[in-house]
Amino acid sequence: MSAPGKVGFSKAVYTRPRSLVDVKSHFCPGCHHGTIHKIVAECIDRYDLREKTIGVACVGCSVFLYDYIDVDVVESPHGRAPAVATGVKRAQPDKFVFTYQGDGDLAAIGTSEVIHAANRGENLSVIFVNNTTYGMTGGQMAPTTMLGQKTSTTPYGRDFRSDGYPIRMAELLSGLEGTAYSARVAVSTPAQIRKAKESVRKAFEMQISGMGFSIVEFLSTCPTNWGMKPLDAQKRVLGEMSEYFPLGVFKERKQADVA
Amino acid sequence: MSALAASPSKRILTKGNEAICLGAVAAGCRHYYGYPITPQNDIPEYMAAHLPALGGTFLQAESEVATINIILGTSASGKRVMTSSSGPGISLMQEGLSYMAGSELPAVIVNISRSGPGLGGIAPSQGDYFQAVKGGGHGGYRLIVLAPHSVQEMYTLTMLAFDLADKYRTPAMILGDAVVGQMKEPFVASPYDPASTVEKPWALTGCVGRERRNLKSLHLKDNAIEVHNWKLHEKYERIRKDETRAESYMLDGATIAIVAFGTAARVSKTAIQWARKEGIAAGMLRPITLFPFPEREVFELARTVDVLLVIEMNTGQMVEDVRQCTSLHDRIAFLGKPCVMPTPEEILERIRLLAGRKG
Repeated sequence: MSAPGKVGFSKAVYTRPRSLVDVKSHFCPGCHHGTIHKIVAECIDRYDLREKTIGVACVGCSVFLYDYIDVDVVESPHGRAPAVATGVKRAQPDKFVFTYQGDGDLAAIGTSEVIHAANRGENLSVIFVNNTTYGMTGGQMAPTTMLGQKTSTTPYGRDFRSDGYPIRMAELLSGLEGTAYSARVAVSTPAQIRKAKESVRKAFEMQISGMGFSIVEFLSTCPTNWGMKPLDAQKRVLGEMSEYFPLGVFKERKQADVA
Repeated sequence: MSALAASPSKRILTKGNEAICLGAVAAGCRHYYGYPITPQNDIPEYMAAHLPALGGTFLQAESEVATINIILGTSASGKRVMTSSSGPGISLMQEGLSYMAGSELPAVIVNISRSGPGLGGIAPSQGDYFQAVKGGGHGGYRLIVLAPHSVQEMYTLTMLAFDLADKYRTPAMILGDAVVGQMKEPFVASPYDPASTVEKPWALTGCVGRERRNLKSLHLKDNAIEVHNWKLHEKYERIRKDETRAESYMLDGATIAIVAFGTAARVSKTAIQWARKEGIAAGMLRPITLFPFPEREVFELARTVDVLLVIEMNTGQMVEDVRQCTSLHDRIAFLGKPCVMPTPEEILERIRLLAGRKG
């Protein structure tokens, strides 16, 4: 194989998105944050939003959004990102505002904030990364943890009799009038990645056209805390996770509400 | 009434809570978010009625937890923003206030305090002193705390709170109570001085022609959080040095000096006038800023008077700070009225007792 410099390329067919910072990833091998960051950055670039975007980072591994996406970012307390994003968007309605939240953040401590932001039809977008566990704190049970799944706080497996059931946020939020777009995607195959990007584009378009609240839920891996090899983690997403958390679009508004 | 239409410097008869709104609007605040709680509902109701016409935004949030974080987002956008609540709601805001102090984000938080702890009651109280001045949330920080004792000050100190919050990039609190919030009296709506506004080059407005920018309180690398703590400490020291405000009331030749703030101070003024008529040399040092506390003033006053009579509508909170300011602890007396307004009569009676006179 010859060195890249010696090959005469006539056309770049793939480059790093402008809005993705050129740094080494610190995420664990097999983690999906990097892929999801790239999709978000590509969609920001597609609509030329970089200079008008304010991102909201949450608490957990997702907080490091600001090390990877090359836009202004404000950090939010745990679960409060949709409220912080509401404050940004209400102050700067002409800007593009998105949150980037994990499942502990959005589906446990932040349920109130996300439900009411959606219900108000806040014109902002939520990227929701569901890996069925609290990654940063060491793999505790999340509201999205699967039944039977062993975590550091469900050492015998999640039992619905004491811990309830995994919560399906994309479906739940799709039932609210203020939600313009709600979808669940995965990024475990190239085809899924293409579809996921389409969903993020749709979500961003909703905001750009003033349709209201949009959310894309990503089924994601956490090989470290799952105790799995990266490839086995991919299989888990494609298998039991996708069975319980079906992929698809649950709400897509065609027309903005008018008073 | 449409006080907004009132011409500047005109005398207006209104209640304290509305004066806060007028001060906020005069200072350029166009964003208000809140959640209902007695005894401050006049503030969100006023803002809901008037902000839209001014091109501003009123939003009733789903909780005080959400409120303070919506405040955080608007503050991060570089806009002047205010909320108001009362004890239980202010407790729910402590998480967000800690993040705002850590992220160095300004805002004005109004606490028209009520009785506690818990749900307590709606009677006026000064039981939130500790929470307000010691940094009510986690991690070690301070709020700038202003304590109005009149409708006039509800107006002027609100304007000042915006200026100080922006100048020092930190949340500022107006600590009132049901009495100053609900009482009506005339005040002068002096015009706001726009010269006191500062630029906000740190605001997140989209990275046009510049590097991206973050506003955050997480500092994981090396000793970054230690450095950040020292930076905040240095800021609080500057605030102590430059922003302490207190009123000296009839302190000339005083042998008995009351130390009281807010409503307790307001009532004390009447008692002091009565005492002076009886020939008792009473006066008062009234902290206007509770943080920074007028430490130097209390220290010096303690050396010149026979007695410092601390009066609070609680069982003794600010009195601890008064003790901190002087070693002459045997000169400090305390009159506490938890969750009830002291009457001038009972203050006078205590003054007489301390002066060695029978009533």
